Amino acid sequence: MTLPSIHALHAPDGFVSVPIAIAMWVATIAVVGFAVRRTNQHLDDRAVPLLGVMAAFIFAAQMFNFPVIGGTSGHLLGGVLAAVMLGPWAGTLVMTAVVAVQALLFQDGGLVIMGANIFNMGIVGTLGGYWLYRAIAGLLGGEERGRLPAAAIAAWASVVGGSVAMALQLGASEVVPLGLALPAMVGVHALIGIGEALITVAALAFIGVTRADLFRLRDAAA
Amino acid sequence: MTTRTDRGGRRGWVVGALAIAALVVVLAAYLASGDPDGLERVAEDVGFIGAGQDSPFAIIADYVFPGMDGPMATILAGLLGVAAVFAVVWLAGKALSRRRA
Repeated sequence: MTLPSIHALHAPDGFVSVPIAIAMWVATIAVVGFAVRRTNQHLDDRAVPLLGVMAAFIFAAQMFNFPVIGGTSGHLLGGVLAAVMLGPWAGTLVMTAVVAVQALLFQDGGLVIMGANIFNMGIVGTLGGYWLYRAIAGLLGGEERGRLPAAAIAAWASVVGGSVAMALQLGASEVVPLGLALPAMVGVHALIGIGEALITVAALAFIGVTRADLFRLRDAAA
Repeated sequence: MTTRTDRGGRRGWVVGALAIAALVVVLAAYLASGDPDGLERVAEDVGFIGAGQDSPFAIIADYVFPGMDGPMATILAGLLGVAAVFAVVWLAGKALSRRRA
């Protein structure tokens, strides 16, 4: 019996050009720097264990590739899950730590391209996903009522949004024409996003049943 | 002074949550799909997989603990990763957070 191996899954160096990689590092450092400041101003120390736990779970879940279609797999990103529990800024820091440990310790994702990987997997879906989540939850009558459907839609969109960002960087790097990269990336990630939505909803539903009080830590974590 | 019950109540869920993360690692070692993921699939289909460069160094490459093979190598690597991200984020959180009344 052959057991499946966990492949290195994130973009390796060479997938984007050096100028694009540098530009993405600059953007990522700016956003993460802002997230550090916001977290420093607002993070309640009671929320610290939840930050660690969310990072641990997201790291573990990212190892669990699920089959999608036609010999393709996908895995959780977790940005919306992190942001719903911790808020956009602490959520961004958790996602940054996960992607950084993956690259530094596990050679999962290159070092030059790490700024782009953090941006695409840890910032686009975490910040954009959080604001989308709050907007949809608001339309549904608030987070108490709208948490799961809003998180499902935001989780799906976070994966598609990240794939659009990656495709734009591939195109701008002239590694592959954008006209090829964009439809291919969005097509497969529209399916992977369904898995993201299911896992995000399952995790939030589980927390809602077992420890609903943890939802209140977010505004402490801001 | 913190009572024994308080401590159990406050820390118990953290241990429980980390146990769930560990369980996910163990399940992943046996059940995760070995098929290429979305980006890798696109890179193969569209034809830029060759642009990827190997890492110039290897610590625990491909989630296989060095010198081991099989699911145990992946489980050990994954548990180490869970511990590493938990520790990094906990310490960063401690450094950034403020005590509230």
